[in-house]
Amino acid sequence: MQSVTREQVLQWLSSVPDPEIPVLSIMDLGIVRDVRMNDEVVVALTPTYTGCPATEVIEQSVLEAIRSHGIINVSIERVLSPPWTTDWISDAGKEKLRNYGIAPPEHAAGKRALLHGERSVACPRCSSIDTMRVSEYGSTACKASYKCTACLEPFEYFKCI
Amino acid sequence: MNKELALLAYVTRLGDNALILAQRMVQAVTLCPELEEELANANFGLDYIGQARLFYSYAGKLEGKGHSEDDFAFLRDAHEYRNVLLLEQPNGHFGDMMAREFLFESFYLLQLDALQSCDDTGLAEIAARAVKEIRYHLRHVSQWIVRLGDGTDESHARMQQAINDHWPYTGELFSADAVDVLLRSDFNGPDLDVIREQWQANVAAVLSEATLGKPDDGWMASGGKQGRHSEHLGYLLAEMQFLQRSHPGANW
Repeated sequence: MQSVTREQVLQWLSSVPDPEIPVLSIMDLGIVRDVRMNDEVVVALTPTYTGCPATEVIEQSVLEAIRSHGIINVSIERVLSPPWTTDWISDAGKEKLRNYGIAPPEHAAGKRALLHGERSVACPRCSSIDTMRVSEYGSTACKASYKCTACLEPFEYFKCI
Repeated sequence: MNKELALLAYVTRLGDNALILAQRMVQAVTLCPELEEELANANFGLDYIGQARLFYSYAGKLEGKGHSEDDFAFLRDAHEYRNVLLLEQPNGHFGDMMAREFLFESFYLLQLDALQSCDDTGLAEIAARAVKEIRYHLRHVSQWIVRLGDGTDESHARMQQAINDHWPYTGELFSADAVDVLLRSDFNGPDLDVIREQWQANVAAVLSEATLGKPDDGWMASGGKQGRHSEHLGYLLAEMQFLQRSHPGANW
């Protein structure tokens, strides 16, 4: 146990992808809340949406990622507080989303965004804000479908929540 | 009833509300009027299943008898369910579904908002997570109430009928029984009288924008919170629980 540092574990976790958006690691997504090094390694994770089907897959991936480095005593702790919002996505994560073709969440999450919808969303391809929402709902709970009216590219937008 | 039992009963009710509405939404999958609605309905249903899981897991922990979230969902009979009657009503047409969700979520959002600051940390944390999802649902559902209410003569008439039909099930949301009273007094839980006032104002505002009339409060159905259900719940559970009843412990 002494031979492994917390930094190493964090490094390993930064290579665990989100199964729905594999370009993001779970560190980019901001769902790793804590890593504790006691008699065992405890990784505290928080869900994005309560019904997110990726939660169990992510937990398995975390266990496997750490065990693959020979650490056997690992456990997952689920934490709910403070609840995850899109503000937890790191700046590096937002950039990765954009390069992947998904427009990152534009504004700070909050009651306003939730109750009154999004303002302008920039096209991840040509950066134009001349875009239109095709559907507020998309392939996963966290994304909406958009179309750029400047370059005509259809794209997904990671909604603020 | 002591405060521990009241908390357990309250958390179980929240789980039951979430699961029964989720199951109704699952039943509507592939029946929505357009693809966007299909996605919205399925995503919202998934949110409710996720919330039910959190409430049931927590209830199992509070109860301390080793019951899992699945035990709560699949191995209890209708009289053990404590969801409000509004949520077990059949789906009807799309306007009926929107009316039910609108009337319930206008309440549930306020309930969760108040629970965020209750004295039980476990419940407050789940409420803080869930409130964000419901706020988002309610925005969407309210848009449909306005669109259909302030739409064609046909959509207006059917939306008004849907609101009227579901109205008698809203009284139960605000009628405090021993569980609600204990949660309020011992855990700083929601004050249902205050919530009722806010609910009336919020619902009236949306109905007004939708050019719909707000029904008068007449006779109100009750009993769901005490386990006295309409016959609809039995059919719903029979379908939902079939696999676990026929193949106990089935897993995959």
